[in-house]
Amino acid sequence: MTSNQVLSEVEYNVVGTRPVRPDGVDKVTGRARYGDDTNLTGTLQAKVLRSPHPHARVKSIDTSKAEAFPGVRAVITAKDLPFASLSKEELGGDYTALKFATDHMMASDKVLFKGHPIAAIAAVNGHVAQSAMDLIEVEYEVLESVVDVREAMKPGAALLHEDLRTNDMGETADTPSNISTHMSYATGDLEKGFAEADLVMEKEYTTATVHQGYIEPHNTTAFWNSDGQLSLWTSTQGSFQVRATVSNILRVPVSQIKVTPMEIGGGFGGKITAYLDAICAVLSKKTGSPVKAIMTRTEVFEASGPAPASWMRVKIGVKNNGKMTAVETEMAMDAGAYPGSPVMQAIVCAFACYDVENGKVDGYDVVVNKPKSAAYRAPGAPQAAFAVESLIDEICGELKIDPIDFRLLNAAKEGTRRIEGLVAKRIGLVECLEAARDHDHYKSKLENGTGRGVACGYWPNRGFQSSVVMTVNYDGVVSLIMGSVDIGGTRASIAQQTAETLGIAYEDVKPTVVDTDSIGYTFITGGSRTAFATGIAAISAAEDVKEQMISRAAKIWDTSEDDIEFVAGMISHKSDEELRLSFKDLARQTATTGGSITGRSSVDPSGEGNGHSVHIADVSVDQETGKTDVTRFTAIQDAGKAVHPSYVEGQMQGGAVQGIGWALNEEYFFDDTGKMLNSSFLDYRMPTSLDLPMIDTVIVEVANPGHPYGVRGVGEAAICPPMAAVANAVTSATGNRMRSLPITPGKILEAGWDNDKS
Amino acid sequence: MAGVTQVQTTLNGEVINFLCEPRQSLLECLRDVLGMTGTKEGCNDGNCGACTVIMDGRIVDSCLVLGVEAEGKDITTIEGMATPEGLHPLQQSFLENAALQCGICTPGFLLASKGLLDQEPDADEGRIRHWLAGNLCRCTGYDKIVRAVLQVSKAK
Repeated sequence: MTSNQVLSEVEYNVVGTRPVRPDGVDKVTGRARYGDDTNLTGTLQAKVLRSPHPHARVKSIDTSKAEAFPGVRAVITAKDLPFASLSKEELGGDYTALKFATDHMMASDKVLFKGHPIAAIAAVNGHVAQSAMDLIEVEYEVLESVVDVREAMKPGAALLHEDLRTNDMGETADTPSNISTHMSYATGDLEKGFAEADLVMEKEYTTATVHQGYIEPHNTTAFWNSDGQLSLWTSTQGSFQVRATVSNILRVPVSQIKVTPMEIGGGFGGKITAYLDAICAVLSKKTGSPVKAIMTRTEVFEASGPAPASWMRVKIGVKNNGKMTAVETEMAMDAGAYPGSPVMQAIVCAFACYDVENGKVDGYDVVVNKPKSAAYRAPGAPQAAFAVESLIDEICGELKIDPIDFRLLNAAKEGTRRIEGLVAKRIGLVECLEAARDHDHYKSKLENGTGRGVACGYWPNRGFQSSVVMTVNYDGVVSLIMGSVDIGGTRASIAQQTAETLGIAYEDVKPTVVDTDSIGYTFITGGSRTAFATGIAAISAAEDVKEQMISRAAKIWDTSEDDIEFVAGMISHKSDEELRLSFKDLARQTATTGGSITGRSSVDPSGEGNGHSVHIADVSVDQETGKTDVTRFTAIQDAGKAVHPSYVEGQMQGGAVQGIGWALNEEYFFDDTGKMLNSSFLDYRMPTSLDLPMIDTVIVEVANPGHPYGVRGVGEAAICPPMAAVANAVTSATGNRMRSLPITPGKILEAGWDNDKS
Repeated sequence: MAGVTQVQTTLNGEVINFLCEPRQSLLECLRDVLGMTGTKEGCNDGNCGACTVIMDGRIVDSCLVLGVEAEGKDITTIEGMATPEGLHPLQQSFLENAALQCGICTPGFLLASKGLLDQEPDADEGRIRHWLAGNLCRCTGYDKIVRAVLQVSKAK
């Protein structure tokens, strides 16, 4: 069996092939322009002074000595941001939201995490700015901090925000709390469901704070021109998102801001929030020069947005035959310093793989003295999958049922009503489970001392707005213009969908990603939406081109448009075989038939197809040291239709390996007060090539009815199963159940010692 | 402010001179002094390998080498890998095997892989995985990178 399989239902000409990406040569020769490669004449370098304390009141800031330092051009604090001069009355209901957004970018009265920005300096170079930072005098009143999510929920815990009141299912509490929101969904009759069960199991799980780990640090260059126009060149997953954030914080209309998305060196959800842009903009306004900033790796760890640590309690009831009768979970996630953890997605995704009549899910969004969490690949869902898929494995062990058979018996399918009320459309979970069951990995014998685990994952995928413009050049080559940032091959996959629709070659489509002034609103590259939603925009713009081409042919042949058809790149008269023009022949005649042809489309599609994946992990565990090695790994996923199978495999492999890191190594270490102790790639240990086997893949294709070629998003579902798959494999190898991530050698040894004692 | 030093080095086959401060790293000199931005900064403390260059036949993290240490050395960066005749076989193989997603680690991986195959043209999978362990990639899970290097290696 080959290591990468594609189980195709439908074949197309261009969609489903594996061409080289249009930006490929630039990226292997070092010519591609990433954010930090921007270098405008006279650019100043900015550095951000950050709080050394996880929780403190800011008594005073004196920047005068830094301002006087040779080479320093400007110093700013929160006083230089518009919020400082706006009153509560002026802002009304927007007050708290703007205060949180502004304070997150630069603290005013309180610092809420170590690394919280407190001031920024623009200087002739980074060394000068760095030296001048020591001259800023800040007086803090250090406050008690709270780091653990469950501690923060307790009455009497140190409070981060004096004015934060719990929103409990729409009701606002009277007293301040660190619990920002409590949310809940239920379906069926929970009590009845558990009463019907032959076996009920209930366990608790925890996961640690982890980082997306993109290799390119956050960076931005800002130039605020004297005519009021602000330009930003930045590394972001969403140029329009940066524009909106900067507009909100700086109180400048969006049309006065132009954001140019540079090539982006990884994001995984972590490059949606704009951390440096408004700071560099204000420094640019103050100095009249372009200002650039790049975070150090320590700043990236301490002050960007990691994925939250979590506490989860899961309870499942089953009949002796394995049929699930009731499910329940309570999940608490730390949002970091400001509200907004992805706990909502966690509880919605928790049981989405299963068709179960009775269920209840509760989520708590909790603030703690850590950096504000951000999205990380299927935000919320991986933690939830770790807990639920671990408990299911435990139940399978208890009932002596094969874990894939158990999941096939309970799998969600078309028509399954999920706990939050949405009814599943055509989904491919059953097909993925069958592919796993039939895979030679699953059938292979295990060697002594090794273990095997399986787990499922779910991510809903997203639609949202995208815009595309395409122009037909006289030589028949189509220029494809889009606002979607290309983070891992979407120039290619959107070009493929364009070529397929127009019936032309992939090489005859030239994609370009443009700035916010040059294309209509386009939502972020995230949510596994780009190949789907921007794909639909491109298909729709290509249809617009086809209609215009038909009308030109009608003009040339002096006939009605109804007599003409456009099939496979040929424009032909339906009843006169002589009248035929290829796409290129007709493109050559556009100048003489009315001018250039431009197709355009702005869409907001809602037909996204849910993503499912199933992973099989084999591990060996060293009895002496407790070290776990992944020895074989197979990732199976429903892609709907894989536009570029190599890039789909890349998403599956990359998601699997981030999950393996999350399972075994990755973790923020904090001291008791919330100071991160391992803010470097040496001490925050991500998987290297040496830690891994090849990651085998099976692409399952169950067409998404909401896309013309059946495409589903693929970026995120792949990170949901690996933690549980690895944890279940460790149990299979050692006999011990690991309910806390990461599964470090220490935890494995301790579990063994506990066994020896009992 | 520190004074500047003139450094003479061979960069991608050409003898060049540049001025730098003693505190500037080779990475900073390449990017900010010489304007050669193909070498990437990922951590600036020697843990990610994104800034890998070849110096006198050895791969080094250019963030851990001072600019002044380049004196008299022979340095190859990503800008020196392709020739007017075409891409280096490793560059071609990375493209064909989809061995990059975001691309920020790619110059470092290419130089590290070249450093390996220049010395050990028949490196096998285990050797490649061991050698490339100093270069972090967060997108690919390394599978397609290892395959791309294996395709150019003479090991079969």
